[in-house]
Amino acid sequence: MTPPVIEMKGITKSFPGVRALGDVSFEVRAGEVQALVGENGAGKSTLIKILSGVYHADAGEVRLNGEAVHFSHPVESLHAGIAVIYQEFSLLPERTVAQNLFLGREPRTRFGLIDGARMRAEAREVLSLFAAAGRIDPDRMVGELDVATQQVVEIAKAVSTGARVVVMDEPTAALNEAECEELFTTVDTLRERGVAIIYITHRMREITRLADRVTVLKDGEVAARFDTVPAPEAIVRAMVGRDIADFYAPPATSEEIGEPVLSVRGAGNDRLHDIGLDVRAGEIVGLAGIQGAGRVALAMALFGESPFDRGEVTLNGGTVDFRSPRAAITGGVGLLPGDRKGEGLVLMQSVRDNGMLTSRAFAPLWSSDRRNTRADTTRMDELLDHMEIRAASYDQDIRALSGGNQQKAIVARWLSMRPKLLIFIEPTRGIDVNSKAGIYHLMRDLAREGAGILMISSDLPEVIGAADRVLVMQQGRIVAEFPHGASEQDIMHAATEEREVAA
Amino acid sequence: MSIAEDAAPRKPGFRFERWAPLILLVGAFAIYVGIALGTDQAQYLTFDNLIAILGRSIALGITAIGQTFVILVASIDLSVASLISATAVLASVVMDGSPAMILPAILAALVLGAVVGLTNGLVVSGLKVNPLIATLGMSLIIQGCLSAFVSNFAGEVPAAFQVFAYGEIGPFPLALIFLLALAVLAWAVLRFTKFGSDIYAVGGNEEAARFAGIKTGRIVVLSHVICSVCAAIAGLYLASRLRSGAPWIGADGVYDLESIAVVVIGGTVLAGGRGGVWGTMAGMLIFSLIDSVFNIAGVDSFAKQVLRGIIIVAAVAFYAIRSKRIVA
Repeated sequence: MTPPVIEMKGITKSFPGVRALGDVSFEVRAGEVQALVGENGAGKSTLIKILSGVYHADAGEVRLNGEAVHFSHPVESLHAGIAVIYQEFSLLPERTVAQNLFLGREPRTRFGLIDGARMRAEAREVLSLFAAAGRIDPDRMVGELDVATQQVVEIAKAVSTGARVVVMDEPTAALNEAECEELFTTVDTLRERGVAIIYITHRMREITRLADRVTVLKDGEVAARFDTVPAPEAIVRAMVGRDIADFYAPPATSEEIGEPVLSVRGAGNDRLHDIGLDVRAGEIVGLAGIQGAGRVALAMALFGESPFDRGEVTLNGGTVDFRSPRAAITGGVGLLPGDRKGEGLVLMQSVRDNGMLTSRAFAPLWSSDRRNTRADTTRMDELLDHMEIRAASYDQDIRALSGGNQQKAIVARWLSMRPKLLIFIEPTRGIDVNSKAGIYHLMRDLAREGAGILMISSDLPEVIGAADRVLVMQQGRIVAEFPHGASEQDIMHAATEEREVAA
Repeated sequence: MSIAEDAAPRKPGFRFERWAPLILLVGAFAIYVGIALGTDQAQYLTFDNLIAILGRSIALGITAIGQTFVILVASIDLSVASLISATAVLASVVMDGSPAMILPAILAALVLGAVVGLTNGLVVSGLKVNPLIATLGMSLIIQGCLSAFVSNFAGEVPAAFQVFAYGEIGPFPLALIFLLALAVLAWAVLRFTKFGSDIYAVGGNEEAARFAGIKTGRIVVLSHVICSVCAAIAGLYLASRLRSGAPWIGADGVYDLESIAVVVIGGTVLAGGRGGVWGTMAGMLIFSLIDSVFNIAGVDSFAKQVLRGIIIVAAVAFYAIRSKRIVA
């Protein structure tokens, strides 16, 4: 067996008031994918930051090829051959692919000027290692590429720096199914080239598909180590410390489903065509499809952000035509955006202020900030309590909360408005397993109280598990409908079928 | 126009933002020609007149080239106008009519520029003071010191140095050729050197640049030095042109805000990381053409001010709308 490239022994790290890691040991060998799994806050990110020199361990040592190393800055670990690919890419959208690949280490001519021709040639060479190479022109602006291709560029950048260790932090968080598949191929390529890969993820499917070995962290300690990939249930049990048979809330019974809350007939705009759908009270409808299939466009049309220009929309029996989000909210539509930090939260305000955001927006100008016609802070606190939001205090800045708790605060915001239709976009993106279950049950509770729920998600098992009915979109149209419990293959097939024919 | 709009998302080969300054420039020129012909004043369309129009914006052009560097690196410099006054006065006082003192005066002005730029850069990158505040403070400091020493035209520029502003090579003013050379130099630095590449990287995403091993602080400081040295050169030019320096010439020309406006009209993004020097040059031409249009059309000076404000905002709105990408 080859000796490990990276060996971390007895790593301990404390932050003021919290012990993030306690005596964690971890190793990865050349040519293997070591999956690092655990809930948010389990210490995965801290461990990686110690490896890359962002943090310094209080105790323990890091060995690279058998030699103890101390990195005091991320640049040093990069030079030593450790590349970390974070969820937020470190690419410059306004520079070309080649410029990004050689950022900070551009090849020069003998006059000291940048050698553009050599840079492009070397960029092509590096990109040719990847399946997606044919699509990537080194002279294209990175900002013009889709997320998956950008990720290939990011990985190519790591390879071109001669990285022997590549760390991927939830690389599929922003990818759809087809793009994920492409990423897996890229990871396989890296593995074949003898790169040691540390792969951080929440998704069991990716572990089964990619990992050679698995290390599970829980509460800053190694909860389990598997030298072969075990059944997903075993990993989940190690992660959360209990079985989660009731991960998804049970589907709605026929008595729970009521009259249609929302009906859309023959609606469309420049991105959507011939949309017809119903969402009934008490029902969770899932919207599946690949990126760009029009799922978000449909949500934005219903929410009045980019309205339909034809067709008919009925909400609670009355015909509506929302031309702005404000009109939609007044009409009883709520939307939980996919980009929590970018579109959902005011990060530097308190949990309570974030909860009050929408109600204040609709209150009369002269109402107090503590109480208005829609909500008051006492009731908001009750709602937040009801959501079981874990925060030191509701006066705390919301940015300090975990993703799951932030999401609940946004739900609380809408509850104060008593919406008839709630649209969730990627409700559990970047949220740990336990909180995911919390969100699914919360959605089910909301449905039971009579709301109709439309859930857009790129996580197929989630759509299948949490929704009562799945609609599949493709190229701006709804192309298929499946009942609860449909198979992943069938949905994937419906989502991509036409495209394969076209290609 | 509508064809380009439809094609834009699908055909990324054509980058609208890259050509927008040129489109605006052609538009401004068309208006200029239209107004000149429409008001039956074809004498404004001569070559000499066009050169004269350019000649009026040389100081602005030099300052704006420097401003392009700091804006690309996601900073900004509000101290250029005061620095222009200070270097003009300094040069004029040091020369004091003596041709022998020309070289020391130029050096003194450039050193003052470099020191101011270095200070701005260190305060912005080292002390992490917001560049608006840091350079506004610097502007007040310079203006205050200057006013303490001089209150009117001071010193005298010898005839030999007035060549900078009034000399000609063939039909072209020397200063115009100098401006062009400076623009070419700035373009080459941005396009072909590692320093230039680092500027775009730091302006585009400072964190990513640092993780790529770029010494980001140094890039910010150097950009500020370049900006202030450019302002110092503009000050020298104005001293040469006015034959003496006065403590109000920078503020009078509104070089701080106008240089920023010119850079932005030229397509450089205020948030940094995108743009370039040719856009800035186009912006400068647009500005001087608009001024000339107002002169020809006889617009009164208050209305002129209002119209310029409207044009700046409209140009930036034009970019904002046109470069808005369709989100999936």
